[in-house]
Amino acid sequence: MPDQTISKAAERACAARLRARFEAAGAEVVDAPMLLPAETLLDLYGEDIRARAYITSDALRGEQMLRPDFTVPVVQMHMQEGAEPARYTYSGEVFRRQEDDAARANEYLQVGYEVFDRENPAAADAEVFALISDLLDGLYLRAATGDIGILTAAVQGLRTTERRRAALMRHIWRPRRFRALIDRYAGRSPVPEARAALLAASDPFKDAGPEIGLRSRGEVAARIAILHEDAAAAPLSGEEVALLDALLAVRETIPNALEHLHDLSVDLPAISPAVSRIEARAEAMEARGIAVDTLEFEASYGRTQMEYYDGFVFGFHAEGRPDLPPVATGGRYDALTRRLGAAAGHPEREIPAVGGVIRPALMLTLEEAGA
Amino acid sequence: MTIKLGVPSKGRLMEKTFDWFGARGIALSRAGSEREYAGAVDGIDGVELVLLSAGEIPRELAAGRIQLGVTGTDLVREKLGAWDSVVEEIAPLGFGHADLIIAVPALWVDVDTLDDLDAAAAAFRARHGMRLRIATKYHRLVRDFLREHGVADYQLVDSQGATEGTVKNETAEAVADITSTGDTLRANHLKVLSDGLILKSQATLFRARRAECSKDDRAVMADLLVRLKVD
Repeated sequence: MPDQTISKAAERACAARLRARFEAAGAEVVDAPMLLPAETLLDLYGEDIRARAYITSDALRGEQMLRPDFTVPVVQMHMQEGAEPARYTYSGEVFRRQEDDAARANEYLQVGYEVFDRENPAAADAEVFALISDLLDGLYLRAATGDIGILTAAVQGLRTTERRRAALMRHIWRPRRFRALIDRYAGRSPVPEARAALLAASDPFKDAGPEIGLRSRGEVAARIAILHEDAAAAPLSGEEVALLDALLAVRETIPNALEHLHDLSVDLPAISPAVSRIEARAEAMEARGIAVDTLEFEASYGRTQMEYYDGFVFGFHAEGRPDLPPVATGGRYDALTRRLGAAAGHPEREIPAVGGVIRPALMLTLEEAGA
Repeated sequence: MTIKLGVPSKGRLMEKTFDWFGARGIALSRAGSEREYAGAVDGIDGVELVLLSAGEIPRELAAGRIQLGVTGTDLVREKLGAWDSVVEEIAPLGFGHADLIIAVPALWVDVDTLDDLDAAAAAFRARHGMRLRIATKYHRLVRDFLREHGVADYQLVDSQGATEGTVKNETAEAVADITSTGDTLRANHLKVLSDGLILKSQATLFRARRAECSKDDRAVMADLLVRLKVD
């Protein structure tokens, strides 16, 4: 029962201390409503969010979601009225539905720090990481870092059709389907019988039945044409798949990871800019006093939980306490500002952003256990 | 104290449950008139029959207000989080078979697997500006299944009845529903995805793990399970 021995008062006091530190680092204090329009979040995360967030409704406003995190409302607020560059901090409850593990908290405080700055992304990444790392000093946490950008760059560089690259990009955050797609594009998994029959049929609509529903016969025909096109496309080369596998398996200290990534970029030139960004970030971190030589880099880190992050990702985990969620997490989410900007009719307001959150109750739990 | 046994209060499920217990020497019956939801148990002392809607039996088991209950595995898994820590499956009863499946219009000759459904959903969203709608009343089961299989760009819309009609009425593009023979699906021009079986369900006798039991109750329970030949 991680959070339940910690009193709300202690949690609040800890949160206030953390927020004051973020404020001292130059952040403006902001707040966000607890009830958010569900539609925005559903559009971003898809139906899965319903399993993790509480949804309520009324007859006037429709479905409302109890704030599952601050990032989306803070980004929206910034895009409406924010000046640039901007640094924000906040502290407040977030709510997470728990359907499988009653021991996990469904309501807890989160204290965050978000940086909107287009000048020097490496420095902004390092700033967020170093601030949080400093606040967690003494808790003996294991820091893990990664970079979603390196994987997306590798996918963009694959020598295959644009459609296949787009399908892989869409499933970056669903490793299992991503893998199934790679296997299919590489010709490693057999073509399903029904697919083969469809492609061989002289009249694919022979047993189709009447046209019902919104998805029209024309849309079905269009996808059949795409399937024909895809069947004719050359398979992904074994060499490229092996390189992608090697990239996903990178998990070592930053200097070793960088060496490894430089080697891989000889055959995967598309990742070079992303590797340079990791290098620049490492230098910026070092300048802020982070022990980069022992810091871990995992190319696959953050792929299952951190779906709006598209660059740097990090987390601080309590080793020896696998029952606890990460004490702090964060990362870069440039694409989120693009999507929320487009949704608000202001695609030009995209702005690179990076941030992170700490859970005070988990800090206190660990302090208590260590005391 | 008595052991409370929850049984669906209506229709074939109730009759077949009565038959199943009857064949094992425990006679269940409805007391009084057709409209009265009270029951009687003959053949064993200390067991009380509670007639309930099949959909409420999972909740009553979870709360420990009944110690035993007959309902579908589909309902238990849909309604209870971490269901196997809350209830224990004592015995499948061999009737009330139903499969929870995903079905799409037969018109969709390009969609046979979840992989196809996912691709069709992406294209549908790009074309229509909304996520592909799947009508169901089994939100949790369907969502978990689709997440497990990496399907995106869909939304679940609630349908508590006549779900197969939602596609024709254009309130959904696909359905996730219980079927036993598939006749209703075919009549509504729908087909089941080849890998779209979410759950095979049947009427099952469950025991509540968290119900309080006195020493006498435990003896009655043990005796009952022996007589039902499921101990």
